Amino acid sequence: MKMLSTLQTPRSTLSRFSLPSTFTSHSHSPTLPQPSLTTPTSPPQSQILSIRHSLLTRNLSAVDLARSYLTRLRLTEPHLRSFLHLPDDQTILSRAHEIDRRIAAGEDPGPLAGVLVAVKDNICTADMPSTGGSRILEGYRPPFDATAVKRVKELGGIVVGKTNMDEFGMGSTTEASAFQVTANPWDVSRVPGGSSGGSAAAVSARQCVVSLGSDTGGSVRQPASFCGVVGLKPTYGRVSRFGLMAYASSLDAIGCFGSSVADTGILLHAIAGHDRFDATSSKQEVPNFLSHFDLVSSLESKPLKGLRVGLIRETIEDGVDAGVVSAIRAAASHFEELGCSVNEVSLPSFSLGLPAYYILALSESSSNLSRYDGIRYGNQVYADELDSLYGDSRSKGLGSEVKMRILMGTYALSAGYYDAYYKRAQQVRTIIKNSFKEALDQNDILISPAAPSAAYKIGEKKKDPLAMYAGDIMTVNVNLAGLPALVLPCGFIESGPAGLPVGLQLIGAAFDEGELLRVGHIFEQTLENGRFVPPIVADSVE
Amino acid sequence: MSYTSFRTFQLHSFLLKRRNGFFYSTTTKATTQSQTQTKLSASTQSKKLDKIPKDYEPVIGIETHVQLSTLTKAFCNCPYNYGSFPNTSICPVCMGLPGALPVLNSKVIEFAVKLGLALNCKLAFNSKFDRKQYFYPDLPKGYQISQFDVPIADSGYLDVDIPLEFGGGHKRFGITRVHMEEDAGKLLHTETGNYSQVDLNRAGVPLLEIVSEPDMRNGIEAAEYAAELQRLVRYLGVSNGNMQEGSLRCDVNVSVRPIGQSKFGTKVEIKNLNSFASMSRAIDFEISRQVLLHSQGQEDQIVQETRLWEEGTQRTITMRKKEGLADYRYFPEPDLPSVILCQEYVDGIQNSLPELPEEKRRRYEKMGLGMQDVLFLANDKNIAEFFDATLAKGADAKLVANWIMSDIAAFMKNEKLTINDIKLTPEELSELIASIKGGIISGKIGKEILFELLAKGGSVKEIIEKKDLVQIADPVEIEKMVDKVIAENPKQVEQFRGGKTKLQGFFAGQVMKVSKGKANPGLLNKILLEKLNSKS
Ligand SMILES: [Zn+2]
Repeated sequence: MKMLSTLQTPRSTLSRFSLPSTFTSHSHSPTLPQPSLTTPTSPPQSQILSIRHSLLTRNLSAVDLARSYLTRLRLTEPHLRSFLHLPDDQTILSRAHEIDRRIAAGEDPGPLAGVLVAVKDNICTADMPSTGGSRILEGYRPPFDATAVKRVKELGGIVVGKTNMDEFGMGSTTEASAFQVTANPWDVSRVPGGSSGGSAAAVSARQCVVSLGSDTGGSVRQPASFCGVVGLKPTYGRVSRFGLMAYASSLDAIGCFGSSVADTGILLHAIAGHDRFDATSSKQEVPNFLSHFDLVSSLESKPLKGLRVGLIRETIEDGVDAGVVSAIRAAASHFEELGCSVNEVSLPSFSLGLPAYYILALSESSSNLSRYDGIRYGNQVYADELDSLYGDSRSKGLGSEVKMRILMGTYALSAGYYDAYYKRAQQVRTIIKNSFKEALDQNDILISPAAPSAAYKIGEKKKDPLAMYAGDIMTVNVNLAGLPALVLPCGFIESGPAGLPVGLQLIGAAFDEGELLRVGHIFEQTLENGRFVPPIVADSVE
Repeated sequence: MSYTSFRTFQLHSFLLKRRNGFFYSTTTKATTQSQTQTKLSASTQSKKLDKIPKDYEPVIGIETHVQLSTLTKAFCNCPYNYGSFPNTSICPVCMGLPGALPVLNSKVIEFAVKLGLALNCKLAFNSKFDRKQYFYPDLPKGYQISQFDVPIADSGYLDVDIPLEFGGGHKRFGITRVHMEEDAGKLLHTETGNYSQVDLNRAGVPLLEIVSEPDMRNGIEAAEYAAELQRLVRYLGVSNGNMQEGSLRCDVNVSVRPIGQSKFGTKVEIKNLNSFASMSRAIDFEISRQVLLHSQGQEDQIVQETRLWEEGTQRTITMRKKEGLADYRYFPEPDLPSVILCQEYVDGIQNSLPELPEEKRRRYEKMGLGMQDVLFLANDKNIAEFFDATLAKGADAKLVANWIMSDIAAFMKNEKLTINDIKLTPEELSELIASIKGGIISGKIGKEILFELLAKGGSVKEIIEKKDLVQIADPVEIEKMVDKVIAENPKQVEQFRGGKTKLQGFFAGQVMKVSKGKANPGLLNKILLEKLNSKS
């Protein structure tokens, strides 16, 4: 397509980085992570590295691998409804076949070769519909790939489908999708969280290897917590937003889901870096996040000795589920066992984050969603008058949550209210940034729950938007401060058929994803019963 | 770009109801209703036009949009060429597709700084972009990227010389602000009026909006301000300033107040001004319309509205009344980083500025040229360049000015050519003037050579040589010719010597004819008189 060639220049793909076939070993000869050697209770392994190893040693073909994922996907999808769009199997298999052909020809198929990647539906894909979960974009096919998708494809990744989400990212349950409700793989009567619920559920149920989501106020981290997977929200500007349908431009970040910390790190590395099509994307160098990873076998008894961990006091106070608090306290103890010093820190501005976030996010969204007017693309309701064309197209095309947020944002930006709302919220944002900076001067990382509760029932908070908004308290401050945060499962609460996972949030300094991943990896590898596979797929996952 | 690239892009046609006349763009015709309404009052007004009562003071301010001549649009890589086939110069960014982001073309900043400096403005070293929000089909994102509370330049002025025929004099008009923004697309209305189509070629083209202080008092001043602005952007090379193509668009605010009143009267905005002449006439019409209402005690009928200048009927008509103040819900554009200028960058631009029209006029004035010449030479960048290049070859300013103002200007006018089209070069004009001054050719021959140079080009020396046009300045040779003429006209010699001295001209003409126009006239006359008066 000619339009694309003027927009996106070809970039060299394979030379950008090389993956280790395994992690650094200090003393022992490396033991290669192979799925067949793991047991249900052993710590999670990097699926991406394992796939790469299997493909390069010809133990497995990309086609066989894709088939096994597709089989599980077809089996689980009717119960979960994670995907809004799935291409036919043949499309996926032909991509896998191409990778096998390249391996056979002795070519490097790329660090993500054969890796099935699910993509949230608000991230543009040229060969698949991209609706953002909205009726107004039903059937819309973008003429270009988002930069993140483009990079995944260039590195050998196979896009397996587009995942369900709350319309334009506005929601915390994925119930606000215009098309379907996604179920939590741990308990199908519960929500997977949101707005990236489809991407989280798909990784949790091993319908794909890794997935892309977006995080404006917690939309990667909260569903990661609900679904028991690893979710990474990078520093603002670390990943290009080009091709991500904007919700709140100053907060939006494309993030990664994986079943291990290493996988989210590898995926982040693939998509991170400056992009000349996003003026807010950072020129900061992208380090090889995995280069400091250690093999479990080579870990010392106190591998995180000297690390200063700050537990944010305001996140374990009243209003937070007791089961969640005890899981987080247990995680804190685990950090201490690993050699960290754990201290409670107070972020007095923490509670201001929620109102400030909602004012800023909704103000920006009221503007960002103006383009969905039915004139150039998307669903149009034909009318005799221009005003009716706008009104009818938008009132039929947009869902009630989206309309409510547009109205609130429009109100906050209106003449006479701007100073009281938008401007004050910006001032609060500055205060929050500063208080995080202070806390991160005294601590290497901060920890907190990723959500005040585990996954709740479908429909439970639908009638009470304020309760749902309050659930974002753990995550929104991080977006306001633009910091990176990693969520990984750290325990369970007793509920549902098999217990519900609880996510631990690690917050780091700007552009310090490498440290978060290193610490998260050690935490995950040393956690007892640290493997989170939902019962729905336990049989099919070794 | 072929349409196949847009398999996902639907160019919907949509209906625009003619409600409140809101959707009339500058290309649509006025409603018949408004035409009949204004007809009666127009005839009474025209009588009063020339005698605007002295007890009212008109106040005029101008908002000008200048389209920048950057290679690509403000926030994407699309080129812009006026008149291209609709929707052939568009991309996901300027179409406002989901997920597309703006990236600033740095030339826009450079041009804004250039114009800001040229308008003697204060530059904002830390400015930003804002979103101005409203819905309209030619605005793909539902907001325009513009600058709100921190324009890149503000508090400047523009100096203008009012032409002599309009009273002359030097005026300084204040510049409130200069800010960067993007243009919208265009609506194409069908003949039937059933639906309209959107052309997004122009969407995202960079603009500078220049807002003046309300410092003008009549149509001429306003038109001269706008004309000076046009010269400025052309001198700076930031825009072609073409009004017909919409590269320079002026919206004029006009109000009238009784002399002595400090409060401004209700202002009316006039649109559809496609030339400086129409701007001047539209303002004067509007002033007299408002003054008439004031003088009849009906000033309450002057309402805040946008009026359209109708070229055909030479009057302004109501386009739309303002229903309260529009709330554009400005807020900082989060997709673009703030615009930070550093002193080095600004200094670099300052040092690269060309001589501006005002500086040029003052320089020409100091050379001793009259204001008429100054304005003629300085007002057209190309003529000024020609003039300066001729001076650079050592020619005398006044002589060059005379040649350009008279014969060269007349030739350009007759042949409908610009100074860039003529074959004469500044070097040759300088040579020509030098040849006359040095006595090599006569002024008369000089003119002949000039017209040949204008039409065909070539060099003065060549033409003189080829046509043997060198002036005869040898007294012996001229004497021979004089002798010949005197010998051939004994009767006239007798009459001359009998007191009819007017015949000198006849003899001079005859001698010149014999010399084929080449005789030095001074020498010729001197020798002729000597011969005629000596009764040998
Ligand atoms: Zn474009």
